[in-house]
Order: sequence, then C-alpha cells, then structure tokens
Amino acid sequence: MRQSGFNRFLLTGGMLAALAGSLMVNAGAMHIAEGWLPVNWCLLWGAVCIPFVVAGFLSIKRRIDQAPRAKILLAMCGAFAFVLSALKIPSFSGSCSHPTGVGLGAILFGPLTMAVLGLIVLLFQALLLAHGGLTTLGANTFSMAIAGPILSWAVYRLLRKMKAPPALAVFAAAALGDLFTYVVTSLQLGLVNGGMEKFLAIFAVTQVPLAIAEGLLTVVIFNVLEKYSQAQLQELRVL
Amino acid sequence: MKIWQKNLILILLVVLLAAIPLWLLRGAEFGGADGEAEVAIAQLNPDYEPWFEPVLEPASGEVESMLFALQAAIGAGVVGFVLGRVTKPDNHKGAH
Repeated sequence: MRQSGFNRFLLTGGMLAALAGSLMVNAGAMHIAEGWLPVNWCLLWGAVCIPFVVAGFLSIKRRIDQAPRAKILLAMCGAFAFVLSALKIPSFSGSCSHPTGVGLGAILFGPLTMAVLGLIVLLFQALLLAHGGLTTLGANTFSMAIAGPILSWAVYRLLRKMKAPPALAVFAAAALGDLFTYVVTSLQLGLVNGGMEKFLAIFAVTQVPLAIAEGLLTVVIFNVLEKYSQAQLQELRVL
Repeated sequence: MKIWQKNLILILLVVLLAAIPLWLLRGAEFGGADGEAEVAIAQLNPDYEPWFEPVLEPASGEVESMLFALQAAIGAGVVGFVLGRVTKPDNHKGAH
C-alpha cells in the first residue's frame, strides 16, 4: 500500500514540477492562430471535422454503455490532454511548443473519442487564451483531435499485432501521433501559403523532443493503469 | 523494477528533455512556434492580412500564464483524482 501511495505522490509531484516549469517559460503558442487561414480554408476544415466529431459523440456513448466503469478513465484522458497542451516546453530549435496529450485517449478509447475531447481543449484555449482561434478551430481540430489520434491509434494497434510490449507500443503511438499533428499543421499552412518545408522546420522540428516527452509521460500513466486497472483495459480491448 | 522507479526515471527524462535546450541554446528567445509561423506567412504572402481577431485576449502575460496554469491545474487535479481512485487498495472489488 505504501508503494502505491508513493507512486501517486510521485505522479502528482511530477505534474506539479512540470507545471512550475511551464510558468517560467515565456508565453507563446502553436496552433494556427486566429485569422491566419483564409475564410474558405477555415470553412473547409470545419466541414471536414463535423462527421468525426458527431461520430466521436456516438462512439463515446457506445463505449460507456459497453464499459461503464471506464467512464472515469475517459475523464482522465480528457484531463491529460488538458495538462499536456498547457505545457509549453522549450525545444532544440530555440522556440517553444507544447505536446497534445491526445495519444493516451486514442489508445484507450479509439481515435473518434479524441475528436470530441480535443475539440473541448481547443475551444478552451481559443476562447480564453487567444491561443489557436475560433476561425482556425476546424483546421486545429483536424490536426490535433483527428489526424494525430488516428495515427496514434493505428500505431498502437499495429505494434501490438506485431507483439511489441505494451509500454513500447504506447510510447511510439503517443510520440508519433504528437509529431504527426504538427506535420499536418505544417501541411495546412503550406497548402495555403506554399513553403511547406519552412512550416515543417518551424513546427515539426521543434516538436521532435516534445513528441518524445509526450511519449514518455503517456507511458507513465499507462504503467499505472496496466498495473492497477487491468480489468478496464481488457474491457476496452487495449491489452 | 518497481513501477514507481520506472515512472521516476521516465519523469526525469522528460525534465532533462525540457532542460537541455535551455542549457544548450542560452541565447535563444524560446518564443512560440506559432509566432514564427506568422512571420513565415508574412514572408511568403506579404499581402495576407489576418481577417479575424481573438474574441478575448488575456490582458497581460501574467493573466495569460495564470490561465495556462489554471488549465494545467484543472487537468492535473482530475488526473491525480482518477489515479488515486484507480490505485486504491480495494480496487479489485470494483467499488468505484
């Protein structure tokens, strides 16, 4: 019992430390900023997202009916994305970016669920923090809440099929999904403005160490769930 | 290896990942990547004017950092609560 208490203490401590670290870093941000995509592209990305978000609501409902006790894990996946996307971390490119935190939920609940949870996180940041934006909400939802989670989920399933250890599969899935989100952001900006490699250099290169950090933090949570919540993970067919 | 030892190592690795750039690139600005993207757009498309302004802009850097801290705190609170529930000793009885 002492051990699990200590484990909890460590997790909380780690999160508080990360939180304190984020406060020391100058404010900056990473999604596509308000007003920086032309109107027709905003509408297009918004339209692309709608079916995913609707399917996400239905998928959440189905999962909860199937595995009612997993509800609490769903709340945690949303909260995890909330924490990680608030942490702006310095990177080797000399600028800052933040992880997305959506890989965990995609692995546990499937990618559609994250379309909804990711949208909530992005709305909070767009409305209160002037981070991202309402006009670019569609484009940002597509990259962070749809494209990234789909890749994470696919990587996890593929690696598990290949009999990779769960922790390794979780690490690769979360890290690659995080990176992919920013590759998509770069593509979205490159399609409009040209100069794709410029945006890739800004977003994707900055993101490499952060993607690794997100992979590691996702494994931290997964380790605890794997030990203490095995039944739920099996119900969700994660293990 | 015990699970808390594993997790401690992982968390330390994350701290290192964040700290090494600060140490290696001491002169760098560490501004936001999206600000750089705006500069890049302005270079590629000098005529482009952002056509929409944020509805609410935090009044200052301090207010903004407070809101980000709040976001992280709410998230960390929920994550901690759930992990506490999940790891409680009688978890196997399924009493949630």
